[in-house]
Amino acid sequence: MFFVPIHLAMHIPDGYLSLPVSLVTGIMAIALIALSLNRVQSEYKERTVPLMGVSAAFIFAAQMVNFPIIGGTSGHLMGGTLAGILLGPWAGSLVMSVVFIVQSVMFQDGGLTALGANITIMGLIGTFGGYYLYRMIRFLIGHHTWLGMSVGTAIASWTSVVVAAAVCAVLLALSDTVPLALGMTAMLTWHFIIGIGEAFITLSVTSFIWKTRPELIYDAPNMAINQTELDNL
Amino acid sequence: MNKNRIFIFSGLALALSIAAFLSPFASKNPDGLDRVSQDLKFTEKAAAESPAKQLPFAQIFEEYSFKAVPNEKVSTALAGVTGTLVVFGLAWGIGKLAVRKTEPK
Repeated sequence: MFFVPIHLAMHIPDGYLSLPVSLVTGIMAIALIALSLNRVQSEYKERTVPLMGVSAAFIFAAQMVNFPIIGGTSGHLMGGTLAGILLGPWAGSLVMSVVFIVQSVMFQDGGLTALGANITIMGLIGTFGGYYLYRMIRFLIGHHTWLGMSVGTAIASWTSVVVAAAVCAVLLALSDTVPLALGMTAMLTWHFIIGIGEAFITLSVTSFIWKTRPELIYDAPNMAINQTELDNL
Repeated sequence: MNKNRIFIFSGLALALSIAAFLSPFASKNPDGLDRVSQDLKFTEKAAAESPAKQLPFAQIFEEYSFKAVPNEKVSTALAGVTGTLVVFGLAWGIGKLAVRKTEPK
């Protein structure tokens, strides 16, 4: 059978995941969203809200731009780690969930039954996994230095793509769609490379904001906090 | 808070520009998962009549394109701009609703 690739369809479609896998990831996604709403309510301030809109807009638009890598394959931004770094993991997860829901419901990108898996894989792993890895590295190298932020951003965003790909392979294997070893090898091989693109885009954005409006970053560096205090005098 | 307004407008403008001017020229090659599904021959497991295709939005959009706009690049650009504005509004709105309750008034 000749297969025509579906252009610009990028997330897990309906049919790849079994019912139990869809249900469990669906419940995880709902729990994640509920918990995130709760934490945003108790911890975040009004000034984060516009940045949530801008981040969602940027991540949605950037996800549409597939960039060619080697061997006739392309990659695109996932954006979970970017959202986590800019907004923190809670508001970051909400933003990623909004993006995936709109992509799935309006644009048929990513199956409705796979929505929970897409939110869990790319939201949870990207925002939480990516954010905490970034924060740990930034803390080790220099919490208030550009270098610490940059190394943390690059490593965390690359890792988030690779881990997300690995978890995706596990879900596909649990669903009897493709054997684990086979699926894992193939997913990891491509995403090792795609992750470089993720790191490049994520670092470009965080670095630009660090240099222009550092006080907007979730864990704002000292210099920015001092500056904001001066502004408020 | 003029500085913030500038940031919001330029951030949204950047996102809209990416959607309008870059997304029509995105690589048409399969992405990581698509490529793997082709190489390992499980593409056919994707449901042809997916639930999302039954929703009213599917009358307007065929994936990232407007059905009513024949030119592929223009169609993708318009769909991209629409989606960007929708997520911008939704994320802002959800943030606003979630945060507002704690504001001491």
